[in-house]
Amino acid sequence: MSSTMETSPDQARVWHLDEEPHHEEGHSTPLGFWMYLMSDCLIFAILFATYAVLGDRYGGGPDQKALFDLWLIALNTAMLLLSSITYGFAMLHMDRGNQQGLRKWLLITAAFGAAFLVIELYEFYHLIHAGYGPSRSAFLSSFFALVGTHGLHVTFGIVWLFVLLAQIKKHGLTNSNKRRVETLSMFWHFLDVIWIGVFTIVYLMGTI
Amino acid sequence: MNIDMIQMRNRRSPFPRQLIKLAGRTTALGLAALLSACSGDVMSPAGHVAVQLRNIMGISTFLMLLIVIPVMVAVCIFAWHYRASNKRAEYDPEFHHSTSLELLTWAAPLTIIVWLGAITWVGTHQLDPYRPLEKIDARTPVDPDVEPLIIQTVSMDWKWMFIYPQYGIATINEVAAPIDRPIKFELTSTEVMNAFHVPALAGMIYTMAGMQTTLWAVGNDPGVYEGRSSHYSGAGFSGMSFDFHVLQQTEFDQWIGKVEQGEALDRQYYFELAEPSENVEPMFFSLADPDLYHAILNRCLRPGEVCMDEQMMNEHARKNGGVKGAHHGGAHAMSAEEQAGPAKASGNGTEELQVDANQDSSRATPDTDPGTELEPVSMSDRSRAAQPGQQN
Amino acid sequence: MATEAIHEPTFLLGKLGWHSIPLYDPVILGTFIGVVVLGTLLVGALTYYKLWSYLWTEWFTSVDHKKIGIMYMVLGLVMFLRGFADAIMMRLQQVLAFNGSEGYLNAHHYDQVFTAHGVIMIFFVAMPFVTGLMNYAVPLQIGARDVSFPFLNNFSFWMTASGAGLTMISLFVGEYAKTGWLAFPPLSELSSSPDVGVDYYIWGLQIAGVGTTLSGINLLATIIKMRAPGMTLMRMPIFTWTSLCTNVLIVASFPVLTATLALLTLDRYMGANFFTNEVGGNPMLYINLIWIWGHPEVYILILPLFGVFSEVVATFSAKRLFGYSSMVYATICITILSYLVWLHHFFTMGSGATVNSFFGIATMIISIPTGAKLFNWLFTMYRGRIRYELPMMWAVAFMLTFAIGGMTGVMLAVPPADFILHNSLFLVAHFHNVIIGGVVFGVFAGINYWFPKAFGFKLDRFWGLISFWCWVIGFWVAFTPLYIVGLMGVTRRMRVFDDPSLHIWFIIAGFGALFIAAGIFALLMQIFVSIKNRKALAVDGDPWDARTLEWATSSPPPDYNFAFTPVVYAVDAWSDMKANGYTAPTSGFKPIHMPRSSGAGVILSGIALVLGFALVWHIWWLAVVSFVGLIAAAIRHTFDYDRDYHIPVETVIRTETGRLAPSGVSTQG
Repeated sequence: MSSTMETSPDQARVWHLDEEPHHEEGHSTPLGFWMYLMSDCLIFAILFATYAVLGDRYGGGPDQKALFDLWLIALNTAMLLLSSITYGFAMLHMDRGNQQGLRKWLLITAAFGAAFLVIELYEFYHLIHAGYGPSRSAFLSSFFALVGTHGLHVTFGIVWLFVLLAQIKKHGLTNSNKRRVETLSMFWHFLDVIWIGVFTIVYLMGTI
Repeated sequence: MNIDMIQMRNRRSPFPRQLIKLAGRTTALGLAALLSACSGDVMSPAGHVAVQLRNIMGISTFLMLLIVIPVMVAVCIFAWHYRASNKRAEYDPEFHHSTSLELLTWAAPLTIIVWLGAITWVGTHQLDPYRPLEKIDARTPVDPDVEPLIIQTVSMDWKWMFIYPQYGIATINEVAAPIDRPIKFELTSTEVMNAFHVPALAGMIYTMAGMQTTLWAVGNDPGVYEGRSSHYSGAGFSGMSFDFHVLQQTEFDQWIGKVEQGEALDRQYYFELAEPSENVEPMFFSLADPDLYHAILNRCLRPGEVCMDEQMMNEHARKNGGVKGAHHGGAHAMSAEEQAGPAKASGNGTEELQVDANQDSSRATPDTDPGTELEPVSMSDRSRAAQPGQQN
Repeated sequence: MATEAIHEPTFLLGKLGWHSIPLYDPVILGTFIGVVVLGTLLVGALTYYKLWSYLWTEWFTSVDHKKIGIMYMVLGLVMFLRGFADAIMMRLQQVLAFNGSEGYLNAHHYDQVFTAHGVIMIFFVAMPFVTGLMNYAVPLQIGARDVSFPFLNNFSFWMTASGAGLTMISLFVGEYAKTGWLAFPPLSELSSSPDVGVDYYIWGLQIAGVGTTLSGINLLATIIKMRAPGMTLMRMPIFTWTSLCTNVLIVASFPVLTATLALLTLDRYMGANFFTNEVGGNPMLYINLIWIWGHPEVYILILPLFGVFSEVVATFSAKRLFGYSSMVYATICITILSYLVWLHHFFTMGSGATVNSFFGIATMIISIPTGAKLFNWLFTMYRGRIRYELPMMWAVAFMLTFAIGGMTGVMLAVPPADFILHNSLFLVAHFHNVIIGGVVFGVFAGINYWFPKAFGFKLDRFWGLISFWCWVIGFWVAFTPLYIVGLMGVTRRMRVFDDPSLHIWFIIAGFGALFIAAGIFALLMQIFVSIKNRKALAVDGDPWDARTLEWATSSPPPDYNFAFTPVVYAVDAWSDMKANGYTAPTSGFKPIHMPRSSGAGVILSGIALVLGFALVWHIWWLAVVSFVGLIAAAIRHTFDYDRDYHIPVETVIRTETGRLAPSGVSTQG
């Protein structure tokens, strides 16, 4: 970062540096993406807050204990946590320049992510089929909004992952592809952190 | 914080407080004089609460003018004096920092805000709309033997209903109270949010469906004052006004007698009234359904609908074994549930896990068919309101 | 007229049909014909003069922050005319609707007008103006070649434009929301607003919100990462500082709006019960959430203009800004405090006295740093040598107007006073006092100040003065009556009045609005006349003897802003350069690395507009197609790896030797 150069009003003026400060393409991407994640985090914060306010307004309908199957959700959580670990393995292979390994582990990550989604969809289908859809009560509205938004993020992450696989295949492990793998990694782990919040606040605190 | 403590603390330094009060009143009266040609209700109120609100506005305006006027004068002077064409004006481009001046620029507004903050804290507590009155005017304390007049107020699309539970009467778009008797308004709404405002009498407060707010007031000067909804609520909003009569006791008794002659207001009649309508003339009823207000507030007007207070009780009982009574503690807006809750405890848990799969379909059809009316959840209200209600 | 038959949705067009087009309304029909005629003329002229390809390559697809900034300003100006037309309609209605008259607008129409006025003025006038100024000036002020994410910048602009477009479509196809500018439920729920108006509101704001959030992230990253060597945080120009704080606010508050509107969308589209009165829903949650966004939004609008005034007052007083660091800390204080005061927008909801007084006092505390700022401008003028160019006149008018607006704001922050003033025309007068007196005056100061930089010639002084006086007088004539009737207890958003004694005040306010209309006309004339006389008004790089880096390059600046990135040694870097014998280099040029233009932003935003329209009208097949198209186009864009190029050194040399007044040395004086 060029602005860290130390200058003082008392020193003799040199108006231009011999070496122009150069900004690589994508030099701000990690920072920018981090700020995007923080703004996304705020969206989740609002959804969590909404759940905190409406989570005990059952409108005559069922509560958490009656609806949630903690073992299923524990399995689901395991899927997502494992996908984070496998993404870590993918990163290790990338650092070693092993494109084959990177692609293999990314695919495994996608598989775990897909398993997570399937289990979540199964849970949703089960609830809606039993008549407990998002319109049943304010509690269920806020539940579906929070968990569903997280699910949409995971779906988006998987689409991104496959796009990235195609790009790595096409262009190899270029600098910009490496940066993209790192950016997706931030996104993926972020979703993991959010899920831990969902699991704790919605499922654990609701049923125990 | 304890309000008595605040008052005590204030009593310790009566001089500046009185001075400020005097100045504030002068400012308020000055503003009033400025507007006297048009006799606004806010500036010349007819009730003790509104008088206090006006005074606190005057005091805070005065305090701020103490700093705003000098600043504006200084802006004008500096802007004129340091114009480039004025060669006599001093020019000092190096004057861009002065610790003492910068301290002043922060301290001056801070001082005003400290005063204003103190006034705000005390005033907000003393004039909390939920706080029962202690005085009916500046000198007279409330007579403990006088029972406050309770007026249950419901904002509807687009008119006001007033229920007098102590007299068994109800009105639309006209309300009356005897002078010098404390009034307790209990307010709610049928569907859309409104604000209840009689500028001559007291401040405004929102009316919200399924919740109850409270407003204490008293009328000191006999007369007719305009009241209206001051929160936009849809097409008929402009015509959502009513007359507030402050009457002598005998006149009030006559007024009650007149209202009692009106038609009997039962549930069925209420449903007709609840249909959207605009610019409604005053109507008078004798109250045939003493449970009407409770049913409106708790959204259980139709047979089979479970009252919200009852439902809440059941859910709390189910979840916490009845220990946690008021999970929304602190917010007055929720007091409907908290207050009405224990009174209606009947331990009815039969509807707990019913599945109403046809809920969505009942919502999509704009007309209420008899089948949906029997549903335990009050979908019928929503279906009714979903009809395009505008008239013209 | 408002009663519409129930029309069954069709597969092909959803809820859309001939009945959706308000041909029965003469006002709208007239406007529609006018827009079609003018639009045809414009398109015809552009085609005749073969300007489409120029516009497409040089402007629409450009990733140059300067051009994007100018496009934001144009968008803001166009939408300003629409928003002001709404204002005039309201003033006229309130003049006419007395003595038993219903006026000329029915509730169906009038309620849309005041909703649209609020939404358009905040989201599609003030926000584009503010973003436009920041986009144009910030990279120049920090000595950067462009923003951190140039393509994203272009995309953000077009998303904002798409949101504005969707809002404008509602004028002719269907209707707009009749809920007030924040669409409080339960009024905005299906139960009370079954029509498409609220859906237009939601999707217009969601599309524009994406643009605003991304632009906030972009400028934030730019200010953090791209500052010139030596420009530490405490040497940044004040406008850059206020922009930094503004963009922090944007990034930390617009997601709240996005989430809140999304929940309202779920209520309306999926039958959820967040904010309904049914099965546990709570409308008051929405009111809290929307104001958690809404209050920081107020400071998003005003902070950058505080920055503009700081630059303007310092420049035209020919002095360094008084109390630079206290100004910075004041800005940071305001940024933080703006998150702690949202409840003051609904003291009358019946929260307890302790809650109300906490938020009331927190609100008052904001006036301390704001007051400190006002003092700092005051002492900057002190012992200055003030040149009354147009920007400085706007600045002085701002100081006087804003002092009153700030005072009435603090009055409203005292809960007991708010109990009688809330939702009255006093409140309306107050926020117009700070938004017109602060934001609009600031934008005009900014336009007059930076226009020479952007185009190489000054704006005409004569028409500028007319515009200035019409605006200042018009503002006070229009809004003093509203203060007065507000103190008399008159409620806002009223369509018809009973009390004849109020009539005179609304007539006066109407005259004020006419003054403002004249001010707007004079502004347009000012731009027109200036373009005509641009030769005579031409200036060099530093026409105001200004103090910050944007004036160190030519007017207009070359694509790459600075051939060599300047090294910064002090606050007011350009003053320092002038004082210490800076000369522009004439040799040693190198090729310059620049981002490449891209049409993807226009395409993506166009598809987003179609998607929004399909969702408003429940045209599900089109929604699916455009959503898939949006994702596909976005993915396709990510396969474009060729995003930058180098400007060859010959071009740089040609530009540098050819441009007007290459250095500021000759302009000192």
